[in-house]
Amino acid sequence: MALDNDLVKRYKEKFGPAILEAWTDRKQAILVVARELLGEITVYSRDNEKFDWLSDLTAVDWPKREKRFDIVLNMYSFEKNERLRLKVQASADERVPSVQGVWSTANWMEREVFDMFGVIFEGHPDLKRILLPDEWQGYPLRKDYDILTQDTAWVRENLGIESGQ
Amino acid sequence: MPDERIPFATHADQTVLGADEIVLNMGPQHPSTHGVLRVKLRLDGEKVIGSECVIGYLHRGVEKIAEHRSYQQFAPYVDRMDYVAAVSNGLGYCEAVEKLLGTEAPPRARVIRTILTELQRIASHLFWLGTHALDIGALTPLFYCLREREEILKIFEKFCGARLTTHAFRIGGLQYEAYDELEKDVERFCTPFDKRVDEYESLLTENRIWVGRTKGIGILSAKEAIDYGASGPVLRASGVKWDIRKAMPYAAYDQYKFEIPTGKNGDTFDRYIVRMEEMRQSRLICLQAIENIPTGPIMGKVGKVLKPPPGEVYHAIEAPKGELGYYIVSDGTTQPYRVRIRPPSLINLEAFDKMIRGHLVADVVAIIGTLDIVLGEVDR
Amino acid sequence: MLMNVLHFLISIWVPLVCAVIIVAVLPLVAGYIVLMERKVMADMQARLGPMRVGPHGLLQPIADAVKLLIKEDIIPDEADKAIFWFAPLISVTAAMLAMSALAIGPWFQIAELNVGLLFVVGIGALGIFGIVLGGWSSNSHYSLLGALRSAAQLVSYETAAGMAIVGALLLAGTLSTREIIEAQSDYGMWFAFAAPVGFFVYIVASIAETNRAPFDLPEAESELVAGYMTEYSGFRWALYFLAEYTNMVVVASIATTLFLGGWLRPFAGTPAFNFLDYLPTVLMLVVGLYCFYRAPKQPVKVQSLFMVAVGLLMIVAAVVLAAPLIPAVNNMLPGLKPGLHGAFWFLLKVGLYIYLFMWLRFTFPRYRFDQLMRLGWQFLIPLSIVNVMGIGVALALHRHWGWGHIPAFGLTTVLTLLAAGWLGWAGEKKDKEHVFVGQE
Repeated sequence: MALDNDLVKRYKEKFGPAILEAWTDRKQAILVVARELLGEITVYSRDNEKFDWLSDLTAVDWPKREKRFDIVLNMYSFEKNERLRLKVQASADERVPSVQGVWSTANWMEREVFDMFGVIFEGHPDLKRILLPDEWQGYPLRKDYDILTQDTAWVRENLGIESGQ
Repeated sequence: MPDERIPFATHADQTVLGADEIVLNMGPQHPSTHGVLRVKLRLDGEKVIGSECVIGYLHRGVEKIAEHRSYQQFAPYVDRMDYVAAVSNGLGYCEAVEKLLGTEAPPRARVIRTILTELQRIASHLFWLGTHALDIGALTPLFYCLREREEILKIFEKFCGARLTTHAFRIGGLQYEAYDELEKDVERFCTPFDKRVDEYESLLTENRIWVGRTKGIGILSAKEAIDYGASGPVLRASGVKWDIRKAMPYAAYDQYKFEIPTGKNGDTFDRYIVRMEEMRQSRLICLQAIENIPTGPIMGKVGKVLKPPPGEVYHAIEAPKGELGYYIVSDGTTQPYRVRIRPPSLINLEAFDKMIRGHLVADVVAIIGTLDIVLGEVDR
Repeated sequence: MLMNVLHFLISIWVPLVCAVIIVAVLPLVAGYIVLMERKVMADMQARLGPMRVGPHGLLQPIADAVKLLIKEDIIPDEADKAIFWFAPLISVTAAMLAMSALAIGPWFQIAELNVGLLFVVGIGALGIFGIVLGGWSSNSHYSLLGALRSAAQLVSYETAAGMAIVGALLLAGTLSTREIIEAQSDYGMWFAFAAPVGFFVYIVASIAETNRAPFDLPEAESELVAGYMTEYSGFRWALYFLAEYTNMVVVASIATTLFLGGWLRPFAGTPAFNFLDYLPTVLMLVVGLYCFYRAPKQPVKVQSLFMVAVGLLMIVAAVVLAAPLIPAVNNMLPGLKPGLHGAFWFLLKVGLYIYLFMWLRFTFPRYRFDQLMRLGWQFLIPLSIVNVMGIGVALALHRHWGWGHIPAFGLTTVLTLLAAGWLGWAGEKKDKEHVFVGQE
């Protein structure tokens, strides 16, 4: 259901139209914000709203949407004992500002999103694959990457076997 | 000159005297990297001036698999991530799906879940203590810890049939009723356990060599810990008094009295003390819980086919390693649309580079040990 | 003429036989010390240790030896083959040569040198060559680092051990092993009680000498795999292992000779304690009877028979040890008592010293290398020098000014302990001021 409490009011006051949507789902607050202002919004969240701990940064793929990726940031504030979820929508060829400068922990989280979804984070110091081998082709967690797909060329070259799938 | 092949080289890390630096590879196969972890160290003699962790050797694509299984079918996969503390993984997942469904497990199930999760916390910390001490050279605590852990695993075997990857809980509660002697067994384990922890402490805490190997090693200040997203004992030892069991209680934790140990300096010794004290507190929780297990049903009202209404939820629990979070997105079908597992070991491991700079090679194993990582969780 | 020839033959044959016994028996003994270590380790870790091979694992060393002998001999491609082949030999030879000047009981000695102890310590130090060359010839990062660390550690602690030995030598007044023990019998007390600080320094230094925990960083599995031994496999590795355990026996023998009274019975001079003469027999009897008691409880028939055989062996040993106590036998063969009982007491003390090594190994974690070097150079060496000076003062008090043994040595022990306390305190103060490199 839609959310319009003090917190959302403060965000809307500061960033105006950049706050696209605000709602709660299962009693957890979610804000959808514009991609271009993600950097400023996260700095504001950390410094003014005291969300100094980034719990998780991940992505969800909605291939039927035009902006297929949902980049999801779960933040937590020690002072207020409160969680807040920020979402940013991006299409496959759009770059998302990196929040690695705001919370250092985002470094590996963004690398994993790049590895699994192919989202490129602007301003990340070292964006390369983290879980899969560096030369792997394909982004596994996208919905168009079938569960049985493998980078058969890589497997043939590096493991010396013909992938059974 | 900084080696361009290694992207993290900066001018600040150049060697003293401009000598050549060695790149030492603690390869995926190593007796002390707790699994398949590869650490590339840049050394100036014995001093570490830079490091890079290469992970992914145990990546099994668990999040992708989740999108092709039903909610109940996915539950056993979750145990295989942090395989040392499988019960906590199961608890987090079941509670996250229950939140998604909008139900709650009945009180009896919640209390039994709490007891088993706290026993699992003790078991995980015991295993951590044994292997950490072994890496630093103390050969004996490992066997004492495994002896205690054996008792806990026997309880798990009697409860759900498996020792390690237990799949103890079901979505909505428990599947099988707790066996008759559960309370007696837990009490028989917990009563002498305090003295056993004293025994381990007598071998290590006052030992000059242990203190010399762990004090001042791998210091992480509170600010850095928060910045790097550390959680669990790593965060608490740096001085941040935060535990999800107290901040956002789940299962039956709000009914019990227990303390949250914190450290001061954020070094390896403090993390050791915090975990030892956590074992004692877990024992207290278990003893309080078995005094009063409520009667009643063990399974809530969830159907056989689970179709949560579309939406999303993020549910985090205090696993032995830190904050274990589940972000589940549902699209109204029987299979989750997306399951994201926030692995505490992976996020804690990010701080490794910060902690190791300036220390010697011999401290690398101490710091990897103190972070308490399990590669199954790091790589999923 | 015939007497001369006989004399000559005896003076050649006895050392030769002793040498053959040592070279033949020592590998077997080292193997059984390994078994003893595994059993002691298991005991301290609440488990049983090797139980399968032979009754209670007693044939385990034989199985291990056979396995090592039939293993494939792997030599790394880039290794320097000649030195790779030669290095373990240096270690083993040095260790065994060091045994030659040591007396295991008044009869069993290969060479009675009047600079015996100097010879032993010097030759023992030659083993360092074997380690360094082994690490270097393996052509591997890990091995080289481990070998150099090991060499640095050995050299540092050799100094401390040497000064501790000097302290005891001041008391003995001679370097010959036989005469040192006689000096202890003259003093009426073992030098461990006269120079306890020196004894303590020697214990710590000897643990570091033989690369045992808590000073075993060079061979720590969790750090550098196995240090200089990484590339060695099969019997070459067994030679290094043998050298290490022989070094342990050598170091224990030096300590026993110098500090623990060698082959003397406790309270050797006091007739009131003559009942201690029966202790060897009683010990062997107890062990034998325990073997008989456990024999029927063995799961397999063969193991029962083996246990009975071991029990019988212990009973025979008890009888042999009791024989010199019968006056008739003693009058016939006067040399039997000191020979047998002396050997027994010596081996018992060496065994206890080695048990102490094992006990410390399984209790303490490992020292990091810089902490190890700091301990050696900034604590042990100054302490051992103070010890030497203290013993000099004590001897002056005793011989020149006629003080009794106990007041003189008691005073210097107290002064040396004060010095040790000061050194420890100063070291810790320095540690606190030393800002760790990682902290900014």
